[in-house]
Amino acid sequence: MTLEEKKQQVIEDFSMYEEWLDKYEYLIELGKALEPFSDADKTEDRLIKGCQSRVWLASELKDGKLYFRADSDAIITKGIISLLIDVYSGHTPAEISADDFGFIAEIGLKDNLSPTRANGLVSMIETIRKIAGEAGNDAPKNGE
Amino acid sequence: MQRQNIRELFPALDQKVYGKPLVYLDNAATAQRPNSVVELQARLARSSNANIHRAVHKLASDATEAYENTREYVRGFLNAKSRSEIVFTSGATASLNLVAFSFGEAFIGKGDEVIVSVAEHHSNIVPWQMLCDRKGASLKVLDIDENGRLSHDALEKLISERTKIVAISHISNVLGLVNPVRDLCAVCHKFGVPVLIDGAQGIVHVKVDVQEIGCDFYAFSGHKIYAATGTGVLYGRKELLDAMPPFMGGGEMIKSVSFSGTTYAESPTKFEAGTQNINAVPTLIPAIEFAKAHETDPAITEFVYRKLTEDERITLYGTGLEHKIPLFSFAVKGAHHEDLALILDKMGIAVRSGQMCAEPLMDRLGVTGLLRASFAPYNTLEEAEYFIECLNKAIDMLV
Ligand SMILES: Cc1ncc(COP(=O)(O)O)c(C=O)c1O
Repeated sequence: MTLEEKKQQVIEDFSMYEEWLDKYEYLIELGKALEPFSDADKTEDRLIKGCQSRVWLASELKDGKLYFRADSDAIITKGIISLLIDVYSGHTPAEISADDFGFIAEIGLKDNLSPTRANGLVSMIETIRKIAGEAGNDAPKNGE
Repeated sequence: MQRQNIRELFPALDQKVYGKPLVYLDNAATAQRPNSVVELQARLARSSNANIHRAVHKLASDATEAYENTREYVRGFLNAKSRSEIVFTSGATASLNLVAFSFGEAFIGKGDEVIVSVAEHHSNIVPWQMLCDRKGASLKVLDIDENGRLSHDALEKLISERTKIVAISHISNVLGLVNPVRDLCAVCHKFGVPVLIDGAQGIVHVKVDVQEIGCDFYAFSGHKIYAATGTGVLYGRKELLDAMPPFMGGGEMIKSVSFSGTTYAESPTKFEAGTQNINAVPTLIPAIEFAKAHETDPAITEFVYRKLTEDERITLYGTGLEHKIPLFSFAVKGAHHEDLALILDKMGIAVRSGQMCAEPLMDRLGVTGLLRASFAPYNTLEEAEYFIECLNKAIDMLV
């Protein structure tokens, strides 16, 4: 699936839930389904700052595409990061950097997007962007 | 007064969030304000907005009177000996920084010691750390007992000849237990050590008489006791305030200024540099009037305490009903505090989650954060029951 298709899919999945609590139930399910990190995986450099809950994000560049893994000690947060890494894994740094991450607002998680210290969604998005940015700089340019 | 009638005094309570009636249980962070407070502030802004102490015109004199009447009112409320002992600040944090700086300048040198407790809010830790760094002094930490209270025995053991001041909270914003401040002050005074009480929570739940407590400083914020934000009080014993240099320089705080040397005004003016929060400070009067006349329903404290302590999935921090205020911080086995707070929010319930500006205490308790529900006189027992019911639902969703 293209990045665009994946985002549409998420928006569709979410449109089934009108009630907040049902959205949370869904995120909790996603969170529980995401494979946890081993303690050894939970390194300081993978920890995302600015979250009330702790979030670890690991990334790998393979054949020019980024793949993400993540974990969190809070389950709703883990559900949200699970969504994010599902959508953005398997895409090039350039694609990810060019994306506006606007679909998060569309699925009603906008309330969770406010740049408050209490909520880490912004930090998660910034970290994914930063990883994509750095990977983009490292990757060989076209024609080189 | 019926609880329902109390609620009608608070316009913010009558609203829905996410389609659910708002249940506001984050009162320890900021309390809602009664109409009397909101209206007074608006009225002052409309009709008496002028700078105080300076001009001779009518508006200035009205504003000055409202401001200085408040000082006299707060003096009476705290039973301080004189109005020169009541300094207005922007809040507890400003009061604490003022003392840490000015007392520190006057009395603390290299090798001296400051004692704080492990249960302090960051506002009563960081200013002291900054002072210690500046002066080459050291910070010593008083532990809590098994329930979460401070004990005078433990304090006595920690005091040395180098101890210059003890800074502790009346009630911790996490543990919600009234500390034996009178005994703690008595121990310090036995050794001639002054005591600062951080009363940000204490002022809301305990009748405070600074002479009876025997403290040298008492600090609190207006916004936690139903007054406007940006207001705060520092009570300081006159002898100490007189011996302390100003915290900030500027207009009002001087006696005379010249390039060959400036002399300072007396306390409290010495500590009130610049234009003060003139429309907001007078709201302390109706706010404190409300606080004096109303207390949180004791049935709420008993009910929530019982529910939280009899639930095996829950660990309550700050135990012993005897000293408990209606403030409950707890952990739930297998459920993260942030998840619980997010779910409760969508049920209409505002609670606090996280470290609550008390990271050292979180470390001491061995947790990354907690969930906190704190109640006010306008909360009803039905709200407390709804909170417990929703908490159970949230736990079921998560565990
Ligand atoms: C015990 C305690 N001390 C100090 C403060 C700081 O108060 P403020 O932020 O109003 O200055 C608070 C507020 O949370 C508190 O609870």
